Amino acid sequence: MNPAWSVILLTTLIGLGQGLLLAMFGVEVASRLALTGAPAAVFYLAGSALSVLCLGGGLLASFFHLGHPERAWRAAAMWRTSWLSREVIVLPAFIAAVTAYGAAHFYGWSCSLWIGATAALLAIALFICTAMIYICLKFLQEWHTPLTLVNFILLGCASGLLAAAVLAGFVWPLLMPALALVAGIVTAAAAVTRGMTLARNALLRPASTLQSAIGISDPKIAQKAQGAMGGSFNTREFFHRRTLQFVRSAKWFFLTAAFALPLLLIALSLTAAPPRLLTLAFAVQFAGLLAERWFFFAQARHPQNLYYQVIS
Amino acid sequence: MKQLALVIDLNVCVGCHACATSCKEWNTGGAAGPLTDQNPYGKDPSGTFFNRVQTYEVGEFPATETVHFPKSCLHCEDPPCVPVCPTGASYKRAEDGIVLVDYDKCIGCKYCAWACPYGAREIDEQQQVMKKCTLCVDRIYDTALPESERKPACVIACPTSARLFGDVHDPASDVSKAIAEHGGYALMPEWGTRPANQYLPKQPKQSVAAATVARGMDPRTIDGAMKP
Repeated sequence: MNPAWSVILLTTLIGLGQGLLLAMFGVEVASRLALTGAPAAVFYLAGSALSVLCLGGGLLASFFHLGHPERAWRAAAMWRTSWLSREVIVLPAFIAAVTAYGAAHFYGWSCSLWIGATAALLAIALFICTAMIYICLKFLQEWHTPLTLVNFILLGCASGLLAAAVLAGFVWPLLMPALALVAGIVTAAAAVTRGMTLARNALLRPASTLQSAIGISDPKIAQKAQGAMGGSFNTREFFHRRTLQFVRSAKWFFLTAAFALPLLLIALSLTAAPPRLLTLAFAVQFAGLLAERWFFFAQARHPQNLYYQVIS
Repeated sequence: MKQLALVIDLNVCVGCHACATSCKEWNTGGAAGPLTDQNPYGKDPSGTFFNRVQTYEVGEFPATETVHFPKSCLHCEDPPCVPVCPTGASYKRAEDGIVLVDYDKCIGCKYCAWACPYGAREIDEQQQVMKKCTLCVDRIYDTALPESERKPACVIACPTSARLFGDVHDPASDVSKAIAEHGGYALMPEWGTRPANQYLPKQPKQSVAAATVARGMDPRTIDGAMKP
């Protein structure tokens, strides 16, 4: 597939927003259970604001993917069959829940935990909707695995937890080491599941071949004409046209930037106090996550590409 | 229930692109139009087509065969492009099984194109809505046309009658008979999309003599029997 920046930004930014909300809710639950001290309302307020900013940014980016953004409201119609439609419904609901969560802490409502629980459930629902958009396309074999959902959740939570740790570093430093530690654990877990996905996809054998695509069993088939001189939507949408070298570099970049470097920086930050290292870890990881999502799209081989042998 | 479809005979397709051009001509002016072009007379011409003809060389030289392969929406009986559409713009008609796009509802998110394993859908770069073969739904029911012309434009244009059109659910139809008699097959059966369009496989080449005899045109015979 040809990765679209609008979708890369949408999925990474909302993942960050979801992870941040889950991190804040986790902190609130832990503080109610007296596992940690209760942070001041400013932590939740700033966290909710950041989360809404990310979610809004993702939503805005998604409009750039549409040919007719003014008709986007129509996308809520087919929630019975379409995961995309479900995502379109859950995302605004989640933004509203996060806004309410921030308001609950700002005004000191006692029901903040319940609003947080609702928002956390919506965050999980949104992860499921987003991942299922890709998982449900069974012939895109690279995506058609539960690992896609696991990765979306863990990567979103890793960046969200790291953002929460940075935030705590500025407004409630007592919380920072614990959040950084959990962010490190989730980042490590994400590295494992993303690595498993890479290993799985490296062993994938495409179920469709040129033979099944045109229904001719001869092992030797050479394409002589593809039905268009100057290319078509089919040759633009489904091919990233990058070299193998570039794709490999993207893989090593995201493995380094999304996992290795943030883990190193988090480990260093546990011994040193200032949030500068964590801020750097967050920035490096987010760049890595953008590359990870680019690779996620670029790696998927669409069976329609079999009809365009000369381009692939 | 009716399922209209095309059956394409790979034995007789000569790759002339008449189906592709007549499709474009009819549909750019019909209810599904316009089918816009970008840079049509420039270096990299591109445009929206419902139907494209590809060419493959099968086998190893010198035992090769050229296969011309017309490719359009297969109007799957279980179309993966329909349930994924978030707006309901993409739908399959209950009455005749044609898969269509409502351009007024399409938001141009391209998710249906991703969900089609055959690459049968193309976004119109100018109108920014998804387009695909309509089986000429605006002419096959047009009672203003003579009965013989109530067929898709590609079928009428084909000079070798490589394209048959009809109801594949009616066992007595020409298309059903052609599929049954000539071993019609579906593309990429592995995804369970059950394409309604089918292809008739290329038969092994017959020698000239055998073909002549088989056609009953052997000048040595009268009514199939050897001349005395």
